[in-house]
Amino acid sequence: MGEMSWSGRQGVTVPAAARAMSDPGAVGRFGTYGGRYVPESLIPACHEIEAAFREAWSDPEFRSRLDTLLTVYAGRPTPLTPAWRLSHELGITLFLKREDLAHTGSHKINNVIGQALLAHRMGKERLLAETGAGQHGVATATAAALLGLKATVFMGERDIERQELNVVRMNVLGAEVVPVTTGSRTLKDACNEAMRHWVSSVDDSYYCIGSVLGPHPYPWMVREFQRVIGEEARAQCAAELPVGVPDYVVACVGGGSNAAGTFAGFVDTTARLIGVEAEGGAAATFGRVGVLHGVRSLVLQDEDGQVTEAHSVAAGLDYPGIGPEHAHLRDGGRARYETVNDEEVVQALLCLARTEGILAALESSHAVAWVIRAAKSGEIAPGSTVMLTLSGRGDKDIASIKELL
Amino acid sequence: MTDSLEEFLIARRGTGRPLLVPYVTAGVTPGWTDVVHAYADAGADAVELGFPFSDPMLDGVTIQEASDRAIAAGTTVRGILEEVATLDVDVPLIAMTYSNLVVQQSAAEFCAALTASGLRGLIVPDSPLEEVGELADAAAAEGLDLVLLAAPSSSRARLREITERSRGFVYAVTRMGTTGERGEIPEQAARLGRELKELTDRPVLFGFGVSNQAQAAELAGHADGVVVASALMRKLLDGARPRELGEYVASIRRALGQGVR
Repeated sequence: MGEMSWSGRQGVTVPAAARAMSDPGAVGRFGTYGGRYVPESLIPACHEIEAAFREAWSDPEFRSRLDTLLTVYAGRPTPLTPAWRLSHELGITLFLKREDLAHTGSHKINNVIGQALLAHRMGKERLLAETGAGQHGVATATAAALLGLKATVFMGERDIERQELNVVRMNVLGAEVVPVTTGSRTLKDACNEAMRHWVSSVDDSYYCIGSVLGPHPYPWMVREFQRVIGEEARAQCAAELPVGVPDYVVACVGGGSNAAGTFAGFVDTTARLIGVEAEGGAAATFGRVGVLHGVRSLVLQDEDGQVTEAHSVAAGLDYPGIGPEHAHLRDGGRARYETVNDEEVVQALLCLARTEGILAALESSHAVAWVIRAAKSGEIAPGSTVMLTLSGRGDKDIASIKELL
Repeated sequence: MTDSLEEFLIARRGTGRPLLVPYVTAGVTPGWTDVVHAYADAGADAVELGFPFSDPMLDGVTIQEASDRAIAAGTTVRGILEEVATLDVDVPLIAMTYSNLVVQQSAAEFCAALTASGLRGLIVPDSPLEEVGELADAAAAEGLDLVLLAAPSSSRARLREITERSRGFVYAVTRMGTTGERGEIPEQAARLGRELKELTDRPVLFGFGVSNQAQAAELAGHADGVVVASALMRKLLDGARPRELGEYVASIRRALGQGVR
């Protein structure tokens, strides 16, 4: 790519930091990953969305409207909270980027407000969304209500049983929740069904994808809408830390949207970027190159190329793929991906609740679990500073936690 | 019989015969190859074989169900190719699958494996013009005809490029939606057929939602023929035998007309 280079920890040469996590161009490629593997029927829609996003993103009026909504409606900027007692216990300095305090309880709102504004600008009447745990569905229903749009959310039948509360929330917000009964009846099938529905309603509907996944421009666009996490955190770290930049930046990864937004703020610094996956859904660790839901990336699949189901205590991480940019960051060595198991996650959730009085989502607790493990093992050197994005709050998980205790 | 898929279809079309390409999901039943024979005997001009994928984004419930059943029965690409190699039919066979099964190996290896088993065409619906380059080159090198899809939403410029780069035939999608049976033929299908016929001499076949004999005949009037998939697979999933599926294909054949053989 460039003439400048940055030497990764393993001595791997990666693209110039200044160019990392930038515009993937018209082809939507992050190295060999990304692209637009969708039926011909959807290609015009992808082009239309890409053009609309490029135009909106360079329009000060759109940016200003988005910033205003993120501030007066979603509650941004979210605080950077020092985890005083846990830091002391682990011998490190740990800061939490509090996305759990954003409206609807997670970072998902950053993306859906952006996409809903775009859909509105494009003259679309309905938002379509897939959801696993229900967080993205709730956020989409919320943004639709805010802007006077209709919302149709596709959700696997099994997830509907597991996340009943979020189904009620979506209904209260005026969204239609469509149960998906095909395949494994979970998130990946909800994605298939949302894309099928999109093909047949593309004139008046906008597909609001919940993570850095799907055909170009979605992985890039969703990262840009989540970039606010990283940019705020970077400025907050600059104000709080003597050296300005933490030693480690850590976030959980399912599809990888909160991690992508977080990493985007630190990719050109010396911070080590760590994405933490669920052991049973770790596409960056156990996946192979594949094409799923319109994008070439790393996918959990069997030796014949059939996509396998992901399993995690956190429904939001039950996705068998990972965003293409994460696959690229992994290959180049700029970010590292680790896994933690369900047991470590539950312990981390309890630990954070009891040391800091913060009930984190099971998804976010994956990031906490890795930090605890790495600090205790010495992998994170004593005295290091760690910035961890706490992507969401755990209220939705209370029923699951009750069963696990 | 060493004609390419395209040469074969053009020759058939030359007899004044509307083209008929029925579909079966490979591995959906233990005797699925009997279905291929039944189709060929019933007057099919080619047979489309679905290589099942766990997440068939462009397919409706019927073909997803057939795919799930085939995968649950242990169907693999290698297994399908071994069975295809033993088939003795006098019409070309076309593989239809998704990109994820193609990228399990290099495009060249995948195409070589298909031709080695006797397949003469390939359809990968989630590989549009933007992504098809390497696969198209590999298919061309193997003499395998890579069929591209054209949609009602495609611009004139895209339709031109699709007709130029497609091989075998141009697969015209009748509607904005997934595969599956439907009540009526949308007007946009006729318009798409007309545009494609203006742009190319390659055969143009309609697919998606061709649900009965009358629809097949109507659509064939706007192009060179039809692909029939879900209507047949629904019958198969409901228990129809290869002979009954063959009879149904024969009834579509009669509705389309035989041409002068």
